[in-house]
Amino acid sequence: MVLKIFFPRCCNSADSGLLVGRWLPGQESAVVLAVIHYPFIPGQVKRYLSELQAQSQVELSVLGSWSMPKEGQEGMESFLKDLSTIFPQDRWLQLSRGAGRRGFACQLVERGGGSAQDGGDGGGDSDGVIFVHYDQRKVMLSQLHPPEGGGGANGTAEPSELRLVFQTVARSQPLFATDQYDDGPLKVTHWQSEGREASIIVELTKQASVPLCALLTWLLSLWTRLCRISLFNMWPVRFVTSKLSTCVQLSYRTDHLRTVSSPKKASDHMEFMRKANIFVSFFVDVALGLLLISWLYRANRISRLADILVPAADHVAKELQELLQWLMGAPAGLKMNRALDQVLGRFFLYHIHLWISYIHLMSPFIERILWYVGLSACLGLTFALSVLSDIVALLTFHIYCFYVYGARLYCLKIYGLSSLWRLFRGKKWNVLRQRVDSCSYDLDQLFIGTLLFTILLFLLPTTALYYLVFTLLRLVAVLFQGVIHLSVDFINSFPLFAMGLRLCRPYRLAEGVKFRVLSEEPGKPLHLMMEINPLKYSSVLQWYRTPTYSCYPKDSWVALCKKLFVGELIYPWKRKGTKTD
Amino acid sequence: MTEDEFTDINGKAISLQCQSHSNFCREFTVSAPKLSLRRIMVYTCSVWLVAYVVFFFTQNTAVLSSAIFITLVGMMLHIHFVKIDHETLLIVGSLGVQVSSSYASGRESTTFIEMSKIKDIVINEAIYMQRVIYSLCILLKDPSDPGAVSTVVPLFQSSKPRLNCLVKVYRSCQEILAQC
Repeated sequence: MVLKIFFPRCCNSADSGLLVGRWLPGQESAVVLAVIHYPFIPGQVKRYLSELQAQSQVELSVLGSWSMPKEGQEGMESFLKDLSTIFPQDRWLQLSRGAGRRGFACQLVERGGGSAQDGGDGGGDSDGVIFVHYDQRKVMLSQLHPPEGGGGANGTAEPSELRLVFQTVARSQPLFATDQYDDGPLKVTHWQSEGREASIIVELTKQASVPLCALLTWLLSLWTRLCRISLFNMWPVRFVTSKLSTCVQLSYRTDHLRTVSSPKKASDHMEFMRKANIFVSFFVDVALGLLLISWLYRANRISRLADILVPAADHVAKELQELLQWLMGAPAGLKMNRALDQVLGRFFLYHIHLWISYIHLMSPFIERILWYVGLSACLGLTFALSVLSDIVALLTFHIYCFYVYGARLYCLKIYGLSSLWRLFRGKKWNVLRQRVDSCSYDLDQLFIGTLLFTILLFLLPTTALYYLVFTLLRLVAVLFQGVIHLSVDFINSFPLFAMGLRLCRPYRLAEGVKFRVLSEEPGKPLHLMMEINPLKYSSVLQWYRTPTYSCYPKDSWVALCKKLFVGELIYPWKRKGTKTD
Repeated sequence: MTEDEFTDINGKAISLQCQSHSNFCREFTVSAPKLSLRRIMVYTCSVWLVAYVVFFFTQNTAVLSSAIFITLVGMMLHIHFVKIDHETLLIVGSLGVQVSSSYASGRESTTFIEMSKIKDIVINEAIYMQRVIYSLCILLKDPSDPGAVSTVVPLFQSSKPRLNCLVKVYRSCQEILAQC
């Protein structure tokens, strides 16, 4: 077996002393974490290590000795060799670095016998030892993916060697808490020994976040209690709120804030990242919303918008009227059933008339309404977009109505035709057995059925034309709303914090490691440099995407086309509702 | 360090560089030929000619500028995402295998596979378009069932060396795998 020694780069030029670290269980490898400098009192070292072990839950031990020859310390070598009797270990590493040399010499002393392996200066067997140098800071801060407990299968399997190394370094944080300015009895070299790394801003934010979280939780509980009032739980209110995308977005945001403001500390990495992602995306959302407000409420843009909106709705109604007039004649040279055509056309024209009067009734208040509704953008850009989606839904309500009438009529005809077609062939649908059975009809039954079939068949093109035109109009409206929903969903679920982390601190999210061969001198142990392989952007998105109610069309295009052909109603929001259930 | 000339499955010359860092650490680099100037010229000229023909009929200068833009962006994308300059296989006994491919722009993508996950390294036959080619593959263990193979990771995907080159790499890899 080859012995692997993970050696921190910061200890390369440490003074002579003891190597502190951990033998990885089940692996032929040792992780060196720090060097305790000479002079030390062995009893103190033992006590210090046992204290650390209790704090960090890592089996820290003295791995061996480290010698770095200096002037005036000639006797050091032999002294360090004798140390193995003071710290009884199964295996004792003796690392030494020659003056002016790049590589290390390594000697492994087994407790039972003498020196077993020797990677020393002489012509000794240099095989069997690999030095893997690592950057202690980066390894400590980075999170290896997939994170622990993330996958179901990972819980049972033995953690791999690299994961053990990362775990060991990350857990032994208490070891890195002392620096050279501390007055303790031991002097230690590790990545923070030059001085501890911390940020005043971060510490202050941590202190400030506790009361803020408490306040937010209290406000949220108030809000929840308000929502529970029985007035809001009555049937019509509940129905309307479940359909309005603004209300859905509101409940979604409340959930988010509840997650962020929970006073409990995040238990694992994934939860922390989820909280941070939600927090950052919330902030960005609000900032974008405020930008929108500052643009919207300047230079009287709201009233201009209102002035545009009413004529636009009017214009749409006019166009629809013209379309209906066209359909009532001979559209595209098609000969329709004149009577049915007239009936349908008049019915829809009356509807448009109603709609126009409704819009005119509304028009004096539209500016007011827009002004107040626009204020919701200070809750975030997503709210503004949801409000826009709702306004579009309300302004195209007549199109929706036409679509529903057309679809119902068309659907009725299709079903009638299909059942009469069965009658035509002497069959019928057996409801009990859910299948088509043969059946013997009377003569009158057949006569009536054939008559009805003919009538329905000849009336079908007229209905189908109306259905087609209104379905196309409806699809345009649905497409527009779908785009808005998609953008809202994107803002809600995009992991901004994780992306920023990947961009600015690539080592924090590690996909794995990569090795670089540092030096190969013949007769010397191999030196490798371990670097962190950052996660790909696509996998960052995949890991840290905040789960949302998704409004992507769930059925395939074929299913959608089939629904359209049969005349079933398609709702953009119904799917969303079922998803949240 | 030795360097040999081989050919890939299309008959183009590729070079295999074997570097032995130690008894249990070897590095194999397969370098593909550099981007040929003639191909770049042909593609650029054809795009520009087409653009000029369109310009001749429409008299719209935006066509010409967009053609320049398209060639530039296309070239950048090609050297950054498509053209692989060399592929490296670093095998370290008892530690693992590292596969990295460096693109013509200098971007490197690396994956490291730990030795505990590797079941074996084999030469595999694969159907590629209308023919059967050989490729070096790493077999990964299934964590739930130690006897089974969960994934096959093919190596040297872009350069596709011929069998004689693969055999050489395979022998050295097996030597190291047998040691530990």
